[in-house]
Order: sequence, then C-alpha cells, then structure tokens
Amino acid sequence: MTNIRPTSTSTPPSGTVAARPSPAPVNAAPSMPAAPPASDTRELHRELLRMMLLQRRFEERCAEAYALGKIGGFSHLYIGQEATGTGAISVLRPDDYVITTYRDHAQAIARGITPRSVMAELFGKAAGCSHGKGGSMHLFSREHNFLGGHGIVGANIPIATGVAFGIKYRGGDQVCLCFFGEAAVNNGAFHEALNMAGLWKLPVIYVIENNRYGMGTALERASAVNDIAERARAYDMHRAVVDGQDVLAVRRVVGEAVQRARTERLPTLIESRTYRFMGHSMSDAVAGTYRSRAELDEQLKRDPIALLRAYMHERNEISESEVAELDAAVRAECEDAWQFADQSPEPELGALMQNVTVEGDGGPASGDGASSADNSNGAGGAPPAAEPSS
Amino acid sequence: MATITYRDALNQALREEMQRDDRVFLMGEEVAVYQGAYKVSKGLLQEFGERRVVDTPITELGFAGVGVGAAMTGLRPVIEFMTWNFALLALDQVVNSAAKMLYMSGGQFAVPMVFRGPNGAALQLGAQHSQAWESWLMHIPGLKVVTPGTPADAKGLLKSAIRDDNPVLVLEGEMLYNTKGEVPDGEHLVPLGVAELKRSGEHCSIITNGKMVLVALQAADQLAKDGIRVDVLDLRTVRPMDEAAIMATVRKTNRAVVLEEGWSASGIGGHVADVIQRECFDDLDAPVLRAHQADAPMPYAKNLERAAKPDAAKTIAAVKRVMYLDS
Ligand SMILES: Cc1ncc(C[n+]2csc(CCOP(=O)(O)OP(=O)(O)O)c2C)c(N)n1
Ligand SMILES: [Mg+2]
Repeated sequence: MTNIRPTSTSTPPSGTVAARPSPAPVNAAPSMPAAPPASDTRELHRELLRMMLLQRRFEERCAEAYALGKIGGFSHLYIGQEATGTGAISVLRPDDYVITTYRDHAQAIARGITPRSVMAELFGKAAGCSHGKGGSMHLFSREHNFLGGHGIVGANIPIATGVAFGIKYRGGDQVCLCFFGEAAVNNGAFHEALNMAGLWKLPVIYVIENNRYGMGTALERASAVNDIAERARAYDMHRAVVDGQDVLAVRRVVGEAVQRARTERLPTLIESRTYRFMGHSMSDAVAGTYRSRAELDEQLKRDPIALLRAYMHERNEISESEVAELDAAVRAECEDAWQFADQSPEPELGALMQNVTVEGDGGPASGDGASSADNSNGAGGAPPAAEPSS
Repeated sequence: MATITYRDALNQALREEMQRDDRVFLMGEEVAVYQGAYKVSKGLLQEFGERRVVDTPITELGFAGVGVGAAMTGLRPVIEFMTWNFALLALDQVVNSAAKMLYMSGGQFAVPMVFRGPNGAALQLGAQHSQAWESWLMHIPGLKVVTPGTPADAKGLLKSAIRDDNPVLVLEGEMLYNTKGEVPDGEHLVPLGVAELKRSGEHCSIITNGKMVLVALQAADQLAKDGIRVDVLDLRTVRPMDEAAIMATVRKTNRAVVLEEGWSASGIGGHVADVIQRECFDDLDAPVLRAHQADAPMPYAKNLERAAKPDAAKTIAAVKRVMYLDS
C-alpha cells in the first residue's frame, strides 16, 4: 500500500461563488519548462477560453437543431462540464488516445475534430466523423485517436484498459485518457478494468466526471461510498480529486497523471467534481424531479467559462471586447458548421451494408498508431478518417 | 372497456399484481423516484413505498442476480431493465442462473420472476440502443418470452408473467408506450403461449410479434385496398410458441410471410418456417418468405435507418411475392 498517494492539489467545489481557478503551472508536458513566459501563459488561457466557448456555443446550437428535428435520437449535452474535457485533453499529445461516453460532442471538439464534422454526424450526414452511422453517442475519429463515444454505461472503461495494454505491449510511450460518469463506478466493468490496470501497471488515466447524478439518481442514492476517488485504493492506484469547474486545476492534475503514465506506466483515477447544467438528455427536464431549481441556480454560479474569464480579467489577460470578439468568432464557426451539416448529403444507401465486417484483405495488423491510414482495415474496419464512405 | 396507453396498461398490471401479492416487488434503474425512465412505474413508489419499489445503481448483472436470489427463496421479483440493450450485461444471471436453476436442482428451486423492459429500435438511437432480442432469448430452455404488441396484451401478459412460476421475459416496445387500445375492465389475463389472430383474411398469413404487429396491420390495410385479405397472426409469446395457431392460419391461407423486428440469422422467421415446413408441407402454395432488419447494426442516419428497418412496404412486397403478384 506504500505507493498510494492522493495527488489532490486543488479544492473540490465548495458551492461558493468566489472559488476561482488556481494559478497553476500550465504545461504538463514533461519537456516543457515549469514556468513558461507570461505571454505563453496568456495565449494558453485564451485558447482554453476559446475552446470552452466553442463547445458551449456548439451545444447551444445542438439543442436548437434537436428541437427542429435536425438531430435525432438521444442527445446528451456537456454544458457546464466543459472544463474537465478541455483541461484534460489539452495536456495530451496527438498520438495519445481518448475514449469517452455518449456525452461526447464537446470532448470530440476539444480533441480537434472539427465542428463541421461533428455537426454533420449529428445531422446524420456522410461527411460526419462517423460517416453518419454513429450519431450523437458514437463520435469517432481515427485521425484524432478518438476512440469513440460509447453508449453502454461502463463499457468504455475496460476498452481504455485494453488500449493501455496495447501501448505497453508495443513499448510505446502514449497514454490513454478515459472519461466516464460517477454512476459508472457502480458497474462491474469499472472494477474489473481498474483491477487489471493496477495489476498490470498500465498507462491509463481514468477521469470520473462526477456531476452528482446518473440520470435522475444522486450519487449518494446509488453508491455505498461517496468518496469515489477512494475506490482507487482497492486497486493500488494513484488517485486525485479535482475541481472540475477549474480548467487550470484539471490541466494540472491530469498533467501529473499523464506524466506518471508516460514515464512510469502507472494508472491514475481522477475524480473531477463538476455539474451538468442541462437535463441528462434532451428529454429530461433541467430541474424539478430529482434536483431542485435552487441547487441548479447555485451551481450555475460556478460556470467554468465564467470562472476562467474572471480569472483572466483579474490578471489583465483579456479585455471585455476581446472576449466579445472570441465569442463572435466561435459563434460564426458554429453557424458555419450548421450550414455545412445542413447542406451536406445524406449517406448513400449502399453504406448501409458497408463496414459490417472487414472485406477483402485486411492487411497486417496495426503497428502502433490508429492514426496511420494504410493499416486502417486491420484494426476495426474503419475507412481512413478523411474519406467518407460512399 | 377503457381505451388506455400501452404504458398505462403495464402500469395497471404492476399495480394490480403488487396489490394482490406482497411478494411482488419492482426493482431497477430509475423505477422509483424518477417514476421510470419511460414512466411505466409512475406512482408505484407513492403507493407501495421504498420496500417494494427499489431504485438500483447502474449495475444490471448485480440486480438481476439479486432478483434470482430473492425468487429462489420465496419472493416474486419484477426486474426492470431500462432497455434490453443493457440487459446484455445481466445475461449471465438470466441464462445461467434463472433459466437453469429448476433443472440443475432437480426441480427443487423454481425462479418465479419477471425481467422486463423496452426492446427493439426506436428512432435514430444508433447501433447500441436499437436491438430486438427476442430471437436470442427464445433460444434458452427454461425461459418464457413474451412480446406484447397492444395495450390489452401488455396488461394481460405481464399479469400472467408475474403469476407464472418460471422466469418470464417481457419485451416491451419503446415506440409502443404511447399507443392506445382497448383494455378489458376488471381482471384481465392473457395466457402465456397462446397466439392471437389480429386480422382475418384468406389470401396469405403474416405471422409476427411485438411491435411488428402494428406494421403487419398497416400492411394488411394497404393490401386490402388491392383486394388482398390477409391473416395477421400475433404470436404474442415467442417461447413457448403456439404452433397450433401457426398451423391453423397456414392451412387456411396456404401462404405465409414471417415479419420480425430483428436480424434474420437464427431468427424467429427461421423457427416459424421450420414449423410450417414440418407441419404444413402439403398445404403450401409458395415458399415462406421473411421480412426483417437488414443484416447490419442499426445505422444512425435517418435514410439508412429507414432502409434498415422492416416496414409495411417490405412486408407487402413479400406478401405479393408469395402470391406471385410481383410480376
Ligand atoms: C449498462 C447501461 N445501463 C443503463 C444505461 C442508461 N443510461 C444512460 S446514461 C445513464 C446515467 C449515467 O450516469 P453517469 O455515469 O453519472 O454519467 P452522466 O450521464 O452523468 O454523464 C444511464 C442509466 C446505459 N446506457 N447503459
Ligand atoms: Mg453523472
């Protein structure tokens, strides 16, 4: 039990308005200097702000498109939780892997998948990142090592463990970042997967997004233990708790875990304490049945975007008019994505029977990068990312 | 007769059976405080309390096993799966425990319980949430599998399922919850293992189950405009299957189309076609044809999903082919 060290370095949400992002060493990549010049820091903060704003505006448009019937099925918005995905993904290298749940739009964008191709997927179009076959819950991009949104609670956790197993097997120094909700930790898959990762010392970072509810069930109504990160103890694993509304804190904590995974090949379990501002999915009321309006209103005061903005204002890193410019730019990007998605063609009917199994010579199995197009048939049958199936 | 929704019919069945038997309890995700993910259990927590309406963590394998243990020792659990897609995580308890316990124990331990929830595709829910499992589940000896297609059958079959001394799987339809139909007042039980002729005609038989009953009836309406009158046989229970009813309709019409929601391989249609070739070989005027989902996972895009699903047009085409009218 000696190597269990809580790595928590920031305060969990206290429900107070004043808590603000902690000033932090902002770059976790091992090769970066510990204290980058102030201008770099400012640029980084602006980029994080832009990225979160982009996701927010994008998903506001998603809600609109859903109401118009342009997006179908289930649609689970990430509004309120942007700091976790943005902060965590921002410390990765392009060749690292990300895997997540059905609440995946914003994380796909954080990973660099274009708003156009995410929106086209949501509209069920051939130009979508899953060629119209996946939909809201199943965004994939081989080019970005984005291994999907997964619809079965808990299912992505062992898959992440397998990705990390593969990295170690090949002797690579990549890591796998895996997101899931706090309700998933009660599922057997979580325990089985973490035990293997602890046992085999795999380079994986499990980020629990504790938004307090699994659908309509509060954490304390579903879990015998409410301190979720504590569960890492059972698997001899590093653990951390972070304020999930503080993008810089998330960056720091995930950065440490990534470094540990990369250099020591050790897994970490991180609990990011956050809150979803919308209903569970588009069909769930924002408040009323299982959480009160008052609770929601209190949480809305800790909007991750507003927190970062306030922090940057305080440090004179951005002016109001610059924020307005950023906002106008991301709104335009979302409008462009909408127009693109709306005007692009539906998949051709022949696509229905394609990709059921790999056809023809599958070729040699993948060496190490899911991003290389030449072995795309060997590992999953997806066509090269840039090429829509026809 | 009252006209009520399929959802309310299920709700009435649960309420009535819980009123008459204290051993019956309901357990599953979001069944209590949230009133059911699809509101089937609305009001039950308020009426019966937390002892009998139990919210669980997202732990399907676990609470399915809890149901088996409770059933082996005297209770009559109703285990709700939020959808049958998530029941895959629990299949070990359904198949290896519930289905086999009576047999393995040489008759000592029965497992009188119900596993229920929505099955099959809704609209654009994608590959992992759009699956019809009845042909998988009917494979297993020891289970009974019912697929109500109307409010009356939903109520009557669920009540019979709860009273049955075996594990019974009730596969509901998400798209059916809002459909309305007449349900007899008072005690209404539909026996397990008995099919029902939902429409009578003499030219061809459409044999189907579950949500596809509505599709078959639509097809029947359209065919009637061309003067083609079909039998629509609703199997209702797919295990045990009412072979006598299948034989009766085929002997009457001499032609059959089997319509099912799921994939074709090892499907219900294959099973029904086997019954027909074995028992009605000399009665057939044409090969048995099948309508079913395209042999691919369910795609998200609207146009692809439409192409993948069985529908009235595909059923009509099959009927016309077995009648040699497709020129
Ligand atoms: C195995 C399984 N059971 C049930 C569901 C239905 N379901 C989808 S999301 C969800 C709640 C999950 O909550 P959490 O893990 O906290 O993630 P959040 O939605 O809060 O991001 C449930 C019950 C499912 N998709 N998979
Ligand atoms: Mg949650």
